[in-house]
Amino acid sequence: MVVFAIFSASRLVTNDYFFFAGYLVLQFVVLATAWNILGGYTGYVNFGTAGFFALGAYSSVVLHKLFGPPIPVLIVVGGVVSGIVGFGMGYLTLRLRGVFFAIATLALAIVLETLITNWDYVGGSRGVYIIRPAQAPLIGSYIQYLFLLMLTLAGIAVATARSIEHSTLGYGLAAIRDDEQAAEAAGVPTLRLKLVSTTLSGAFMGMAGAPLPYYVTYLDPASGFNLSYAVNSIAMPLIGGTTGWLGPLIGAVLLGTIQQVATVTISSALNLLIVGVLLVAFVVIAPNGIIGLIETRGRRRRG
Amino acid sequence: MTEPLLAVRSLGKRFGGFVALDSVDLEVRAGERVGLIGPNGSGKSTLVNCLSGTLRNDSGTVHFDGRILDGLPAHRRTRLGLARSFQLPKPFASLTVTENVRIPLLYTVNARPGARLGEAAIAERCAELLQLVGLAGKSGRRPRDLTQIEMRKLELARAMAAAPKLLIADEAMAGLSHSEIDDILTLLGRLIEQGITIILIEHIMRAVMSFSERLVVLVAGRKIADGMPQEVIRNPEVERAYLGE
Repeated sequence: MVVFAIFSASRLVTNDYFFFAGYLVLQFVVLATAWNILGGYTGYVNFGTAGFFALGAYSSVVLHKLFGPPIPVLIVVGGVVSGIVGFGMGYLTLRLRGVFFAIATLALAIVLETLITNWDYVGGSRGVYIIRPAQAPLIGSYIQYLFLLMLTLAGIAVATARSIEHSTLGYGLAAIRDDEQAAEAAGVPTLRLKLVSTTLSGAFMGMAGAPLPYYVTYLDPASGFNLSYAVNSIAMPLIGGTTGWLGPLIGAVLLGTIQQVATVTISSALNLLIVGVLLVAFVVIAPNGIIGLIETRGRRRRG
Repeated sequence: MTEPLLAVRSLGKRFGGFVALDSVDLEVRAGERVGLIGPNGSGKSTLVNCLSGTLRNDSGTVHFDGRILDGLPAHRRTRLGLARSFQLPKPFASLTVTENVRIPLLYTVNARPGARLGEAAIAERCAELLQLVGLAGKSGRRPRDLTQIEMRKLELARAMAAAPKLLIADEAMAGLSHSEIDDILTLLGRLIEQGITIILIEHIMRAVMSFSERLVVLVAGRKIADGMPQEVIRNPEVERAYLGE
């Protein structure tokens, strides 16, 4: 419903740039929500977002070269590939906690980047050009088509995160985040739930990356595996608030929009600086993000 | 004679070269109130961890309710009916008191074969458990708002939510005042009335003596006494362990 309303409203906008920028913001909504399923709900900080994201993108490149299926198929495949890698990573690294887990995920992203850089079929370090059709069926403008896909995906990701939150799974993940030993003693199968979490989180990141080659039309490892994806997908939930589905959504829309505006009006190099400054400010002033800030206000007013 | 609820046979655990548990045997019958004492570092907590699955024992076997537990992860043991509370309370800090109790309901009671509790039944059971331990007024609070004793009670309520057959209470009274200890003892009495077998691990002799029907003493990883509390504390070996030569 919400997805449909937003898309109908956005059709009134005739400027294609709106869709270019909107796509990026929505992409960050998916990434931030995906990151938060593992980072916020389960308490495992993943620095390897770029790895899962680029894996989705490069799965699309491979499929595009093989038989060029429609993008929704690519999204599903990207999700499956990144989900499998998420599962594998979870299985190998979930005995690590805290900093060690974070470093392992960063290492995974670097290993994947090295593999892709040395794989000629997908362009290697030279990168690869994807020629996309000028028009999409039914919708017309191709960028609007991509925008609609990403909007749908964002809707699905946020709805998934929201339904997890108050489900049995969500309570189990929260127990793991708070105290893994106590969670086990309360009957929570911690290893299995953590694997569900890494798989789901990885899958959504891969899905977010799958349409990327069609969006940028030229993809190279340096941009696909860009550190800014990892930084943003951590910063956005932290700034919005990590305990609920709304936090990453607010953080992504806010930060994503600020970055787009800054790119146009000031300079494109300023993006990460803005993210960094905001992140530091929030960690100091509002460690529970915008949601936490609002909740504390509300409580103070009531009591 | 019926089979004991818990039967531990020659259980051993080493940490590197240090022998924490040296072939410990222990039997607990259903409905029994067993006290487990021992000086610091005697292996009490290691024994609890081996029984509950937090640690893996190196040798020996643990039989519980007709099953062999060796190799089962902790959450499976809780589902089978062996619950524990932690020496240092480990509440789920980001969840409310009610939600803390809710988790074992979702993951043990509802994970067992048979009827699943619905949303209303879960809420009712949570309220019941909090009533039982005297935390009904704190249901919406976070653990950080609780006092030391309330934290212990929450720990017990959470262990109880798993509907266990055997509860291992690991120093549920450490650091509490005289009247608070009586409070917890009353609470444990109520649990026993509900048909739960309890192993109480405790330093506070007054509490152990008034609780236990049977007293087990661990010293340096070995069981040195097991019997009627009054006889056990007169045992010269136990006296030596506690008071020196």
